[in-house]
Amino acid sequence: MALLEINNMTKVFGGLKAISDVTFSLEKGRIVSIIGPNGAGKTTFFNTLTGIYKPDGGTIKFNGKSLVGLRPDQIAACGIARTFQNIRLFPDMTVIENILVGMHIHFKQSPIQTLFRLPGFKKEEAEAEKKAARLMQYVGLKRVENELAKNLPYGAQRRLEIARALAAEPLLLLLDEPAAGMNPQETEDIIRLFRHIKTDLGITILLIEHDMRVVMNISEDICVMDYGEKIAEGTPQQIRANTRVIEAYLGRGAVAGQHEEKMQ
Amino acid sequence: MISSFFKELFNRVNRGYWSYLIVIGHIVAGSFLVYTQPRSNLAFLVLMTSFMSLYFFTTSLRFKLIAAVILALVIIPIVGARNIFYLEVIFQISVFAALALGLNIVVGFAGLLDLGYVAFYAVGAYLWAFFGSQQFYMLHYAPGTAPAALPFFLPGDAFYMFLVVGVIIAGLTGILLGLPVLRLRGDYLAIVTLGFGEVIRVLANNLDKPLNFTNGPQGITPIQRPTMPDFAVDWFNSVFGGVVGHNVSAAVMYNLMFYMFALAVIIVIIFVTRRLDDSKIGRAWTAVREDETAAIAQGIPLVKMKLAAFAVGASFAGVMGVLLAASRTFISPESFSFMQSIGVLTMVILGGAGSIPGVILGAATVTILNLQVLQGFSLYLNELRQSDAVIPIINFAWKDLSNQLDPAKYQRLLFGLILVLMMIFRPAGLIPAARRKRKIDLEEN
Repeated sequence: MALLEINNMTKVFGGLKAISDVTFSLEKGRIVSIIGPNGAGKTTFFNTLTGIYKPDGGTIKFNGKSLVGLRPDQIAACGIARTFQNIRLFPDMTVIENILVGMHIHFKQSPIQTLFRLPGFKKEEAEAEKKAARLMQYVGLKRVENELAKNLPYGAQRRLEIARALAAEPLLLLLDEPAAGMNPQETEDIIRLFRHIKTDLGITILLIEHDMRVVMNISEDICVMDYGEKIAEGTPQQIRANTRVIEAYLGRGAVAGQHEEKMQ
Repeated sequence: MISSFFKELFNRVNRGYWSYLIVIGHIVAGSFLVYTQPRSNLAFLVLMTSFMSLYFFTTSLRFKLIAAVILALVIIPIVGARNIFYLEVIFQISVFAALALGLNIVVGFAGLLDLGYVAFYAVGAYLWAFFGSQQFYMLHYAPGTAPAALPFFLPGDAFYMFLVVGVIIAGLTGILLGLPVLRLRGDYLAIVTLGFGEVIRVLANNLDKPLNFTNGPQGITPIQRPTMPDFAVDWFNSVFGGVVGHNVSAAVMYNLMFYMFALAVIIVIIFVTRRLDDSKIGRAWTAVREDETAAIAQGIPLVKMKLAAFAVGASFAGVMGVLLAASRTFISPESFSFMQSIGVLTMVILGGAGSIPGVILGAATVTILNLQVLQGFSLYLNELRQSDAVIPIINFAWKDLSNQLDPAKYQRLLFGLILVLMMIFRPAGLIPAARRKRKIDLEEN
């Protein structure tokens, strides 16, 4: 059974069909990319999947459970964590606090334990702190635990957002343009990080990305969207050769010739 | 440049024994000045600011605690017993500090702009006003027509129980209001809470018919005070009588007692706030304040968390309301106007939203400005007005000065100025909130 099964998902804004009839399934343990020109509905797809938008039609099944009608926090508790296209950290909290917030759904402390600092509370906090510190190391953030998130450099903020998402111990990790604004070195590092996340932690990854080096390098499968529709799906080789995809990116007429540069 | 000069100076003296000497010197000087000049506002300010040097100078925690206890439980009661005006100022500072700390949870931690916070204060106050007065037996009489000598509904000692009831009822009111409202964000929430604050005030104003719950604009009086232990006055007089210089009456002793109550509430609030802040709940509140969308994506249930913040903040206002009703023995809708909400909000913003010492400082500053500085200035202008003094050069006689220019009436101007200036120059407040630094032992590899 697939980890995520979406059937005929539709999302309409006014008269605009941001997502129309998308059917998509994702096997456990895979890294899959969603690509498509700007405005294709990729981020809307994420937002509908995570419950920020309510779908106007279709079904979403995750890990055997229907997500339609659940609130975003309930969906997060089902095991879906995400990052955002334009980094959304908690800027005035420290790095470690950001990660601790990511663990929210796993904390069991009761208000009474909290108020009187009972042993259960102390133990849980200490363990969470340790785990957060380990996560910091894992994503490559060194010695910045007490730094405010807003003071981190851009690349580190991206990493912190990933650490925060991992803190929830998700089954599925949604990454919205994780390599945006990164230089080639950083991009390479982050690709390596994603591979590790998949192999070490067994987390399934679904990412939106514009950077074709990343997409072609890391994806086992690629799903292409245009105008809210899924226009193609397949391995990187298949997508490279797919005429509809080339049309979507470069327009009709480009199919005949020079698409090689763009796609590599 | 000036601020860096002061910082440098502060760092130079804030060392070793110097800091202890300065703090003790400040407390002693303040006490001495107030003792020798019980009518001087300036002397009082020197004493009150000694709390600040106690806070800012680096001394051991034990020293801080002992000094704070001596200041709050010995020196201030003596000063207050000698001059009841000071006692009133101190009491008001404590009441507003407690309110501001409660609002701080809502605005400072959870980032929910609540413009109707005094509504919960009113709920607490009217709760005790209704049950702790004759109002229950006046339900069927229009205001002013009730026969004299009606019995009181509950004995004064029920007040102690109502401190808890006030917490619960105000908390529940917070949840009731919050349920429909907290789905709104930012500006919308502010507008609705503003409306709610007014609704409660107008209800208090108009619930004198068909059943007379609140006695309308005339307000409820007399409201019972709890009985004071018999020995309290004698004990105070025997211990402090010599220092105070005269024996205090039961009325003054009551004011002292209510000051102690307010202090106790403040301590409870600080305790609860600090512990919650550094936990799953507090982090969730801050996360909601920082970015709702990101917070909910971490699995934080927005509405539940906001409700919790609202309820906790409201319950603190509720208990202070009960205390206010008992200490004043009179309340009316006037006490719970929109201006009060804005006043408390000003304290939070001036001091530093999210910062406990900041908020207390904000409450003290605004209250002192209101009660002492503005009024002191008013008195001074009045004296000038009554004299024959003339401003030279422009030949303006002070007695021609319009009564409209009474500084005591410029409370609103003051609030406005504070808000504008703080937003421009120091948006994080006088003592900005700081995040806790954690030490983590982790084998580096």
